[in-house]
Amino acid sequence: MIEVNNLHKSFGEAHILKGISTTFEKGKTNMIIGQSGSGKTVFLKCLLGLHKHEQGTISFDGRIYSELDINQKRALRTEIGMLFQGSALFDSLTVEENIMFPLKMFANQTKKEMLYNVNSVLERVNLVGANPKFPAELSGGMQKRVAIARAIVMNPKYLFCDEPNSGLDPQTATVIDNLIQEITRENGIITVVNSHDMNSVMEIGEKIVFLKDGKKAWEGTNKEIFITENQAVINFVYSSNLFKKVREVYLNESKL
Amino acid sequence: MNYLEHIGKYFLMLGQVFKRPQKRKVFWEMLMREIEDLGLKSLGIIMFISFFIGGVVAIQTALSVDNPLIPKYLIGFATKRSMILEFGPTFTSIILAGKVGSYIASSMGTMRVTEQIDALEVMGVNSLNYLVLPKTIATLFFYPLLVLIAMFLGITGGWAAGLLTDLFYSVDYIDGIRLEFDPYYIKYALIKTVVFAFVIATVPAYHGYYVKGGSLEVGRASTAAVVWTSVTIITLNYFLTQMLLG
Repeated sequence: MIEVNNLHKSFGEAHILKGISTTFEKGKTNMIIGQSGSGKTVFLKCLLGLHKHEQGTISFDGRIYSELDINQKRALRTEIGMLFQGSALFDSLTVEENIMFPLKMFANQTKKEMLYNVNSVLERVNLVGANPKFPAELSGGMQKRVAIARAIVMNPKYLFCDEPNSGLDPQTATVIDNLIQEITRENGIITVVNSHDMNSVMEIGEKIVFLKDGKKAWEGTNKEIFITENQAVINFVYSSNLFKKVREVYLNESKL
Repeated sequence: MNYLEHIGKYFLMLGQVFKRPQKRKVFWEMLMREIEDLGLKSLGIIMFISFFIGGVVAIQTALSVDNPLIPKYLIGFATKRSMILEFGPTFTSIILAGKVGSYIASSMGTMRVTEQIDALEVMGVNSLNYLVLPKTIATLFFYPLLVLIAMFLGITGGWAAGLLTDLFYSVDYIDGIRLEFDPYYIKYALIKTVVFAFVIATVPAYHGYYVKGGSLEVGRASTAAVVWTSVTIITLNYFLTQMLLG
Protein backbone atom coordinates (compact mmCIF):
# COMPACT_ATOMS: atom_id res chain seq x y z
CA MET A 1 0.00 0.00 0.00
CA ILE A 2 1.14 3.56 -0.72
CA GLU A 3 0.23 5.92 2.10
CA VAL A 4 0.46 9.67 1.66
CA ASN A 5 0.17 11.76 4.78
CA ASN A 6 -0.16 15.56 4.95
CA LEU A 7 1.94 16.20 1.83
CA HIS A 8 3.07 19.78 1.20
CA LYS A 9 5.05 21.09 -1.74
CA SER A 10 5.93 24.66 -2.73
CA PHE A 11 7.87 26.26 -5.57
CA GLY A 12 9.18 29.53 -4.17
CA GLU A 13 6.14 31.51 -3.01
CA ALA A 14 3.66 29.21 -4.77
CA HIS A 15 2.19 26.62 -2.38
CA ILE A 16 1.15 23.84 -4.78
CA LEU A 17 0.24 20.87 -2.56
CA LYS A 18 -1.50 21.80 0.67
CA GLY A 19 -1.60 18.81 2.97
CA ILE A 20 -2.77 15.88 0.82
CA SER A 21 -3.46 12.59 2.62
CA THR A 22 -4.66 9.44 0.88
CA THR A 23 -3.88 5.76 0.32
CA PHE A 24 -3.46 3.66 -2.83
CA GLU A 25 -4.20 -0.02 -2.52
CA LYS A 26 -2.78 -3.15 -4.11
CA GLY A 27 -4.48 -4.59 -7.19
CA LYS A 28 -6.45 -1.41 -7.83
CA THR A 29 -6.29 1.26 -10.50
CA ASN A 30 -6.17 4.54 -8.61
CA MET A 31 -6.91 7.74 -10.50
CA ILE A 32 -5.86 11.28 -9.66
CA ILE A 33 -8.10 13.83 -11.33
CA GLY A 34 -8.46 17.59 -11.18
CA GLN A 35 -8.35 20.75 -13.24
CA SER A 36 -5.15 21.97 -14.88
CA GLY A 37 -3.04 23.61 -12.20
CA SER A 38 -4.68 21.66 -9.38
CA GLY A 39 -1.34 19.98 -8.54
CA LYS A 40 -1.87 16.52 -10.12
CA THR A 41 1.47 16.35 -11.91
CA VAL A 42 3.37 17.78 -8.94
CA PHE A 43 1.65 15.22 -6.71
CA LEU A 44 2.65 12.39 -9.05
CA LYS A 45 6.24 13.65 -9.28
CA CYS A 46 6.40 13.84 -5.47
CA LEU A 47 5.22 10.22 -5.31
CA LEU A 48 7.97 9.28 -7.76
CA GLY A 49 10.61 11.22 -5.83
CA LEU A 50 11.26 13.56 -8.76
CA HIS A 51 10.15 16.51 -6.59
CA LYS A 52 11.24 16.78 -2.97
CA HIS A 53 8.33 17.57 -0.66
CA GLU A 54 8.77 19.91 2.30
CA GLN A 55 6.34 18.37 4.73
CA GLY A 56 4.47 15.11 5.16
CA THR A 57 5.35 11.50 4.37
CA ILE A 58 5.02 9.06 1.48
CA SER A 59 5.26 5.43 2.50
CA PHE A 60 5.69 2.48 0.11
CA ASP A 61 4.61 -0.67 1.99
CA GLY A 62 5.92 0.82 5.22
CA ARG A 63 9.09 2.35 3.75
CA ILE A 64 8.97 6.11 4.28
CA TYR A 65 10.60 7.59 1.19
CA SER A 66 12.16 10.66 2.82
CA GLU A 67 13.84 8.47 5.47
CA LEU A 68 15.61 6.23 2.93
CA ASP A 69 19.25 6.82 1.98
CA ILE A 70 20.18 7.34 -1.68
CA ASN A 71 20.91 3.63 -2.32
CA GLN A 72 17.64 2.54 -0.68
CA LYS A 73 15.81 5.13 -2.78
CA ARG A 74 17.43 3.78 -5.96
CA ALA A 75 16.54 0.23 -4.90
CA LEU A 76 12.92 1.29 -4.30
CA ARG A 77 12.82 2.93 -7.70
CA THR A 78 13.63 -0.38 -9.36
CA GLU A 79 10.25 -1.52 -7.99
CA ILE A 80 8.52 1.36 -9.77
CA GLY A 81 7.33 1.42 -13.38
CA MET A 82 6.39 4.71 -14.95
CA LEU A 83 4.48 5.58 -18.08
CA PHE A 84 5.21 9.19 -19.00
CA GLN A 85 2.80 11.47 -20.84
CA GLY A 86 5.07 11.66 -23.90
CA SER A 87 6.21 8.03 -23.50
CA ALA A 88 9.83 9.17 -22.79
CA LEU A 89 11.33 6.38 -24.87
CA PHE A 90 15.06 6.74 -25.55
CA ASP A 91 15.23 8.04 -29.14
CA SER A 92 18.59 6.51 -29.96
CA LEU A 93 17.59 2.99 -28.88
CA THR A 94 15.37 0.49 -30.66
CA VAL A 95 12.17 -0.86 -29.10
CA GLU A 96 14.07 -3.95 -27.95
CA GLU A 97 16.92 -1.90 -26.46
CA ASN A 98 14.45 0.45 -24.74
CA ILE A 99 12.66 -2.42 -23.02
CA MET A 100 15.90 -4.24 -22.27
CA PHE A 101 17.45 -1.15 -20.67
CA PRO A 102 16.15 -1.61 -17.08
CA LEU A 103 17.02 -5.32 -17.28
CA LYS A 104 20.59 -4.50 -18.37
CA MET A 105 20.95 -2.00 -15.56
CA PHE A 106 19.40 -3.89 -12.68
CA ALA A 107 18.77 -7.56 -13.46
CA ASN A 108 21.53 -10.12 -13.58
CA GLN A 109 20.22 -11.96 -16.60
CA THR A 110 21.85 -13.49 -19.64
CA LYS A 111 21.18 -11.97 -23.04
CA LYS A 112 18.90 -14.91 -23.84
CA GLU A 113 16.86 -14.41 -20.66
CA MET A 114 16.57 -10.67 -21.29
CA LEU A 115 15.42 -11.28 -24.86
CA TYR A 116 12.82 -13.76 -23.61
CA ASN A 117 11.48 -11.18 -21.13
CA VAL A 118 11.44 -8.44 -23.77
CA ASN A 119 9.48 -10.64 -26.16
CA SER A 120 7.06 -11.66 -23.40
CA VAL A 121 6.15 -8.07 -22.55
CA LEU A 122 5.97 -7.13 -26.22
CA GLU A 123 3.49 -9.97 -26.67
CA ARG A 124 1.57 -8.70 -23.61
CA VAL A 125 1.16 -5.27 -25.20
CA ASN A 126 0.39 -6.75 -28.64
CA LEU A 127 3.55 -5.53 -30.35
CA VAL A 128 5.17 -8.77 -31.41
CA GLY A 129 7.93 -8.16 -33.97
CA ALA A 130 8.42 -4.47 -33.19
CA ASN A 131 11.89 -5.18 -31.69
CA PRO A 132 14.10 -3.52 -34.34
CA LYS A 133 12.02 -0.37 -34.79
CA PHE A 134 13.03 3.02 -33.41
CA PRO A 135 10.50 5.11 -31.42
CA ALA A 136 10.26 7.65 -34.26
CA GLU A 137 8.94 4.88 -36.54
CA LEU A 138 5.97 4.13 -34.25
CA SER A 139 2.56 5.76 -33.87
CA GLY A 140 1.64 7.51 -30.59
CA GLY A 141 -0.41 4.53 -29.41
CA MET A 142 2.39 2.08 -30.21
CA GLN A 143 4.91 4.29 -28.38
CA LYS A 144 2.63 4.23 -25.32
CA ARG A 145 2.45 0.44 -25.50
CA VAL A 146 6.25 0.18 -25.75
CA ALA A 147 6.49 2.52 -22.75
CA ILE A 148 4.09 0.24 -20.84
CA ALA A 149 6.20 -2.76 -21.83
CA ARG A 150 9.34 -1.02 -20.54
CA ALA A 151 7.51 -0.06 -17.34
CA ILE A 152 6.41 -3.63 -16.58
CA VAL A 153 9.44 -5.61 -17.74
CA MET A 154 11.00 -5.52 -14.25
CA ASN A 155 7.71 -6.76 -12.70
CA PRO A 156 7.21 -3.58 -10.69
CA LYS A 157 5.17 -3.39 -7.48
CA TYR A 158 4.04 0.14 -8.30
CA LEU A 159 2.97 1.48 -11.69
CA PHE A 160 2.52 5.22 -12.26
CA CYS A 161 0.98 6.67 -15.39
CA ASP A 162 0.90 10.35 -16.30
CA GLU A 163 -1.92 11.16 -18.73
CA PRO A 164 -1.66 7.80 -20.54
CA ASN A 165 -4.36 8.76 -23.06
CA SER A 166 -3.25 12.22 -24.04
CA GLY A 167 -3.01 12.63 -27.79
CA LEU A 168 -4.66 9.28 -28.55
CA ASP A 169 -7.86 8.56 -30.42
CA PRO A 170 -10.74 7.15 -28.30
CA GLN A 171 -10.29 3.58 -29.57
CA THR A 172 -6.55 3.50 -28.83
CA ALA A 173 -7.19 5.22 -25.49
CA THR A 174 -9.55 2.40 -24.53
CA VAL A 175 -6.92 -0.19 -25.51
CA ILE A 176 -4.36 1.55 -23.27
CA ASP A 177 -6.89 1.83 -20.38
CA ASN A 178 -7.78 -1.84 -20.58
CA LEU A 179 -4.12 -2.81 -20.76
CA ILE A 180 -3.33 -0.81 -17.62
CA GLN A 181 -6.24 -2.34 -15.73
CA GLU A 182 -5.44 -5.90 -16.86
CA ILE A 183 -1.78 -5.57 -15.87
CA THR A 184 -2.79 -4.14 -12.49
CA ARG A 185 -5.10 -7.07 -11.77
CA GLU A 186 -2.89 -9.81 -13.24
CA ASN A 187 0.21 -8.74 -11.33
CA GLY A 188 -1.53 -7.45 -8.20
CA ILE A 189 0.33 -4.15 -8.35
CA ILE A 190 -0.57 -0.65 -7.17
CA THR A 191 -1.33 1.55 -10.14
CA VAL A 192 -1.71 5.32 -9.89
CA VAL A 193 -2.96 7.12 -12.99
CA ASN A 194 -3.00 10.86 -13.43
CA SER A 195 -5.73 11.62 -15.97
CA HIS A 196 -7.91 14.25 -17.55
CA ASP A 197 -9.85 11.71 -19.52
CA MET A 198 -13.23 11.27 -17.81
CA ASN A 199 -14.02 8.30 -19.98
CA SER A 200 -11.08 6.34 -18.57
CA VAL A 201 -11.82 7.60 -15.05
CA MET A 202 -15.31 6.09 -15.28
CA GLU A 203 -14.04 2.92 -16.95
CA ILE A 204 -11.05 1.90 -14.86
CA GLY A 205 -10.96 4.20 -11.81
CA GLU A 206 -11.42 1.83 -8.89
CA LYS A 207 -10.37 4.62 -6.58
CA ILE A 208 -10.52 8.27 -7.59
CA VAL A 209 -8.81 11.16 -5.80
CA PHE A 210 -10.05 14.58 -6.86
CA LEU A 211 -7.64 17.48 -6.31
CA LYS A 212 -8.65 21.12 -6.23
CA ASP A 213 -6.25 23.99 -5.57
CA GLY A 214 -3.63 21.63 -4.17
CA LYS A 215 -5.99 19.93 -1.71
CA LYS A 216 -7.85 16.64 -1.81
CA ALA A 217 -11.44 17.76 -2.38
CA TRP A 218 -13.01 14.29 -2.73
CA GLU A 219 -12.19 10.60 -3.00
CA GLY A 220 -14.26 7.56 -3.86
CA THR A 221 -14.88 4.89 -6.48
CA ASN A 222 -16.11 5.17 -10.07
CA LYS A 223 -19.55 4.17 -8.82
CA GLU A 224 -19.61 6.74 -6.03
CA ILE A 225 -18.61 9.54 -8.40
CA PHE A 226 -22.05 9.21 -10.08
CA ILE A 227 -23.94 9.83 -6.86
CA THR A 228 -21.67 12.33 -5.13
CA GLU A 229 -23.16 15.63 -4.07
CA ASN A 230 -19.76 17.30 -3.89
CA GLN A 231 -20.26 20.43 -6.00
CA ALA A 232 -16.59 20.74 -7.02
CA VAL A 233 -16.61 17.17 -8.40
CA ILE A 234 -19.95 17.72 -10.16
CA ASN A 235 -18.67 20.95 -11.75
CA PHE A 236 -15.49 19.25 -12.96
CA VAL A 237 -16.65 15.77 -13.99
CA TYR A 238 -20.08 16.67 -15.34
CA SER A 239 -19.11 19.84 -17.18
CA SER A 240 -20.03 18.29 -20.55
CA ASN A 241 -23.65 17.67 -21.56
CA LEU A 242 -22.83 14.07 -22.41
CA PHE A 243 -21.62 13.26 -18.92
CA LYS A 244 -24.55 15.18 -17.38
CA LYS A 245 -26.91 12.91 -19.32
CA VAL A 246 -24.94 9.83 -18.31
CA ARG A 247 -25.22 10.84 -14.65
CA GLU A 248 -28.96 11.48 -14.97
CA VAL A 249 -29.49 8.07 -16.55
CA TYR A 250 -27.38 6.39 -13.85
CA LEU A 251 -29.26 8.16 -11.05
CA ASN A 252 -32.65 7.30 -12.58
CA GLU A 253 -31.70 3.67 -13.02
CA SER A 254 -30.46 3.58 -9.40
CA LYS A 255 -33.84 4.90 -8.16
CA LEU A 256 -35.68 2.23 -10.12
CA MET B 1 20.31 32.71 -10.81
CA ASN B 2 23.65 34.41 -10.27
CA TYR B 3 27.03 33.19 -11.50
CA LEU B 4 28.11 31.85 -8.10
CA GLU B 5 24.97 29.70 -7.89
CA HIS B 6 25.68 28.29 -11.37
CA ILE B 7 29.27 27.50 -10.43
CA GLY B 8 28.13 25.81 -7.20
CA LYS B 9 25.49 23.80 -9.06
CA TYR B 10 28.08 22.81 -11.68
CA PHE B 11 30.42 21.39 -9.01
CA LEU B 12 27.52 19.59 -7.29
CA MET B 13 26.72 18.06 -10.68
CA LEU B 14 30.33 16.86 -10.99
CA GLY B 15 29.93 15.18 -7.59
CA GLN B 16 27.14 13.04 -9.05
CA VAL B 17 28.99 12.45 -12.34
CA PHE B 18 32.16 11.05 -10.77
CA LYS B 19 30.68 8.03 -9.04
CA ARG B 20 31.28 4.41 -9.82
CA PRO B 21 29.11 3.35 -12.79
CA GLN B 22 26.07 1.32 -11.69
CA LYS B 23 26.66 -1.30 -14.36
CA ARG B 24 30.14 -1.61 -15.86
CA LYS B 25 28.99 -3.30 -19.07
CA VAL B 26 26.45 -0.58 -19.80
CA PHE B 27 29.12 2.06 -19.06
CA TRP B 28 31.53 0.48 -21.59
CA GLU B 29 28.81 0.38 -24.23
CA MET B 30 28.07 4.07 -23.63
CA LEU B 31 31.79 4.92 -23.66
CA MET B 32 32.27 3.28 -27.07
CA ARG B 33 29.23 5.12 -28.40
CA GLU B 34 30.53 8.46 -27.08
CA ILE B 35 34.02 7.88 -28.52
CA GLU B 36 32.34 7.47 -31.88
CA ASP B 37 29.92 10.41 -31.50
CA LEU B 38 32.25 12.91 -29.84
CA GLY B 39 35.63 11.75 -31.15
CA LEU B 40 35.63 9.82 -34.41
CA LYS B 41 32.89 11.96 -35.95
CA SER B 42 34.99 15.08 -35.26
CA LEU B 43 38.10 13.68 -36.89
CA GLY B 44 37.22 14.80 -40.44
CA ILE B 45 36.57 18.45 -39.63
CA ILE B 46 39.66 18.70 -37.40
CA MET B 47 41.87 17.17 -40.11
CA PHE B 48 40.47 19.48 -42.77
CA ILE B 49 40.75 22.70 -40.73
CA SER B 50 44.20 21.98 -39.27
CA PHE B 51 45.72 21.13 -42.67
CA PHE B 52 44.54 24.40 -44.23
CA ILE B 53 45.30 26.55 -41.18
CA GLY B 54 48.86 25.17 -41.21
CA GLY B 55 49.11 26.14 -44.88
CA VAL B 56 47.80 29.65 -44.22
CA VAL B 57 50.17 30.20 -41.27
CA ALA B 58 53.13 29.13 -43.42
CA ILE B 59 52.09 31.37 -46.36
CA GLN B 60 51.51 34.39 -44.11
CA THR B 61 54.84 33.88 -42.38
CA ALA B 62 56.63 33.51 -45.74
CA LEU B 63 55.02 36.71 -47.04
CA SER B 64 56.03 38.57 -43.86
CA VAL B 65 59.63 37.34 -44.05
CA ASP B 66 60.80 39.17 -47.21
CA ASN B 67 64.05 40.44 -45.71
CA PRO B 68 66.91 38.38 -47.26
CA LEU B 69 68.80 38.50 -43.95
CA ILE B 70 66.09 36.53 -42.19
CA PRO B 71 66.61 32.82 -42.79
CA LYS B 72 63.80 30.96 -44.56
CA TYR B 73 63.85 28.10 -42.08
CA LEU B 74 62.04 30.48 -39.68
CA ILE B 75 58.85 29.79 -41.69
CA GLY B 76 58.90 26.13 -40.69
CA PHE B 77 59.96 27.04 -37.16
CA ALA B 78 57.11 29.57 -36.73
CA THR B 79 54.52 27.22 -38.22
CA LYS B 80 55.64 24.39 -35.93
CA ARG B 81 55.52 26.61 -32.85
CA SER B 82 52.08 28.03 -33.75
CA MET B 83 50.62 24.60 -34.43
CA ILE B 84 52.03 22.96 -31.30
CA LEU B 85 51.60 25.75 -28.78
CA GLU B 86 48.33 27.37 -29.78
CA PHE B 87 46.52 25.95 -32.78
CA GLY B 88 46.73 22.31 -31.70
CA PRO B 89 45.31 22.56 -28.19
CA THR B 90 43.39 25.85 -28.10
CA PHE B 91 42.02 26.41 -31.58
CA THR B 92 41.06 22.75 -31.96
CA SER B 93 39.30 22.89 -28.59
CA ILE B 94 37.35 25.98 -29.63
CA ILE B 95 36.23 24.18 -32.80
CA LEU B 96 35.22 21.16 -30.70
CA ALA B 97 33.42 23.43 -28.21
CA GLY B 98 31.23 24.56 -31.11
CA LYS B 99 30.68 21.20 -32.72
CA VAL B 100 30.58 18.84 -29.76
CA GLY B 101 29.40 21.36 -27.14
CA SER B 102 26.22 22.19 -29.04
CA TYR B 103 25.61 18.47 -29.66
CA ILE B 104 25.95 17.57 -25.97
CA ALA B 105 23.81 20.48 -24.75
CA SER B 106 21.04 19.97 -27.30
CA SER B 107 20.89 16.17 -26.98
CA MET B 108 20.77 16.32 -23.19
CA GLY B 109 18.37 19.26 -23.25
CA THR B 110 16.03 17.30 -25.53
CA MET B 111 16.26 14.32 -23.18
CA ARG B 112 15.30 16.64 -20.31
CA VAL B 113 12.27 18.25 -22.00
CA THR B 114 10.98 14.93 -23.35
CA GLU B 115 11.21 13.44 -19.82
CA GLN B 116 13.84 10.84 -20.83
CA ILE B 117 16.06 11.99 -17.96
CA ASP B 118 13.09 11.71 -15.56
CA ALA B 119 12.54 8.19 -16.93
CA LEU B 120 16.15 7.27 -16.05
CA GLU B 121 15.78 8.71 -12.55
CA VAL B 122 12.49 6.91 -11.93
CA MET B 123 14.15 3.63 -12.94
CA GLY B 124 16.78 4.25 -10.26
CA VAL B 125 19.58 5.22 -12.66
CA ASN B 126 21.99 7.99 -11.65
CA SER B 127 21.29 9.94 -14.83
CA LEU B 128 24.28 12.29 -14.50
CA ASN B 129 26.68 9.42 -14.01
CA TYR B 130 25.10 7.42 -16.84
CA LEU B 131 25.02 10.30 -19.34
CA VAL B 132 27.96 12.56 -18.50
CA LEU B 133 30.72 10.24 -17.23
CA PRO B 134 31.16 8.36 -20.56
CA LYS B 135 31.23 11.68 -22.43
CA THR B 136 33.90 13.04 -20.09
CA ILE B 137 36.08 9.93 -20.26
CA ALA B 138 35.69 9.78 -24.05
CA THR B 139 36.83 13.37 -24.51
CA LEU B 140 39.66 13.09 -21.95
CA PHE B 141 41.18 10.12 -23.76
CA PHE B 142 40.34 10.90 -27.36
CA TYR B 143 40.94 14.67 -27.66
CA PRO B 144 44.70 14.51 -26.96
CA LEU B 145 44.89 12.13 -29.91
CA LEU B 146 42.85 14.56 -32.05
CA VAL B 147 45.16 17.39 -31.06
CA LEU B 148 48.28 15.38 -31.98
CA ILE B 149 46.73 14.68 -35.38
CA ALA B 150 45.86 18.39 -35.74
CA MET B 151 49.46 19.39 -34.95
CA PHE B 152 50.91 16.91 -37.43
CA LEU B 153 48.47 17.87 -40.21
CA GLY B 154 48.94 21.59 -39.55
CA ILE B 155 52.70 21.29 -39.96
CA THR B 156 52.18 19.09 -43.04
CA GLY B 157 49.77 21.68 -44.43
CA GLY B 158 52.48 24.33 -44.09
CA TRP B 159 54.93 22.15 -45.97
CA ALA B 160 52.36 21.44 -48.73
CA ALA B 161 51.68 25.17 -49.06
CA GLY B 162 55.38 25.76 -49.69
CA LEU B 163 55.41 23.10 -52.39
CA LEU B 164 52.34 24.55 -54.10
CA THR B 165 53.27 28.25 -53.91
CA ASP B 166 57.06 28.15 -54.24
CA LEU B 167 57.28 30.75 -51.47
CA PHE B 168 59.92 28.69 -49.65
CA TYR B 169 61.94 25.52 -50.18
CA SER B 170 60.92 22.21 -48.66
CA VAL B 171 64.40 21.69 -47.20
CA ASP B 172 64.28 25.07 -45.38
CA TYR B 173 60.86 24.29 -43.96
CA ILE B 174 61.99 20.89 -42.66
CA ASP B 175 65.10 22.48 -41.14
CA GLY B 176 62.83 24.92 -39.34
CA ILE B 177 60.65 22.13 -37.99
CA ARG B 178 63.71 20.34 -36.59
CA LEU B 179 65.19 23.49 -35.10
CA GLU B 180 65.09 23.73 -31.27
CA PHE B 181 62.52 20.99 -30.91
CA ASP B 182 61.52 20.84 -27.25
CA PRO B 183 59.34 17.84 -26.29
CA TYR B 184 58.04 19.82 -23.30
CA TYR B 185 55.93 21.88 -25.71
CA ILE B 186 54.06 18.74 -26.73
CA LYS B 187 53.53 17.90 -23.06
CA TYR B 188 52.33 21.45 -22.42
CA ALA B 189 49.87 21.19 -25.33
CA LEU B 190 48.53 17.84 -24.12
CA ILE B 191 48.06 19.07 -20.54
CA LYS B 192 46.04 22.00 -21.88
CA THR B 193 44.03 19.65 -24.12
CA VAL B 194 43.07 17.39 -21.22
CA VAL B 195 41.80 20.39 -19.23
CA PHE B 196 39.90 21.73 -22.25
CA ALA B 197 38.44 18.28 -23.00
CA PHE B 198 37.02 18.17 -19.48
CA VAL B 199 35.43 21.59 -20.02
CA ILE B 200 34.05 20.58 -23.46
CA ALA B 201 32.26 17.56 -21.95
CA THR B 202 31.00 18.98 -18.66
CA VAL B 203 30.02 22.63 -19.30
CA PRO B 204 27.60 21.82 -22.18
CA ALA B 205 26.30 18.83 -20.17
CA TYR B 206 25.48 21.22 -17.33
CA HIS B 207 23.59 23.55 -19.68
CA GLY B 208 21.69 20.70 -21.30
CA TYR B 209 20.88 18.75 -18.14
CA TYR B 210 19.29 21.65 -16.29
CA VAL B 211 17.17 22.99 -19.18
CA LYS B 212 13.64 24.00 -18.22
CA GLY B 213 10.94 24.54 -20.82
CA GLY B 214 10.70 23.41 -24.43
CA SER B 215 12.55 23.40 -27.72
CA LEU B 216 13.27 27.14 -27.63
CA GLU B 217 15.03 26.77 -24.27
CA VAL B 218 17.01 23.79 -25.64
CA GLY B 219 18.25 26.04 -28.47
CA ARG B 220 19.17 28.77 -25.98
CA ALA B 221 20.96 26.26 -23.77
CA SER B 222 22.92 25.02 -26.76
CA THR B 223 24.04 28.56 -27.63
CA ALA B 224 24.88 29.34 -23.98
CA ALA B 225 26.85 26.10 -23.77
CA VAL B 226 29.05 27.02 -26.75
CA VAL B 227 29.59 30.56 -25.47
CA TRP B 228 30.48 29.53 -21.90
CA THR B 229 32.65 26.62 -23.01
CA SER B 230 34.62 28.94 -25.30
CA VAL B 231 34.94 31.62 -22.59
CA THR B 232 36.12 29.02 -20.07
CA ILE B 233 38.66 27.59 -22.53
CA ILE B 234 40.09 31.00 -23.40
CA THR B 235 40.31 32.00 -19.73
CA LEU B 236 41.91 28.73 -18.67
CA ASN B 237 44.28 28.96 -21.63
CA TYR B 238 45.66 32.22 -20.23
CA PHE B 239 46.22 30.81 -16.75
CA LEU B 240 47.62 27.49 -17.97
CA THR B 241 50.07 29.26 -20.30
CA GLN B 242 51.20 31.45 -17.42
CA MET B 243 51.57 28.45 -15.13
CA LEU B 244 53.24 26.06 -17.57
CA LEU B 245 55.40 28.38 -19.67
CA GLY B 246 55.73 31.51 -17.53
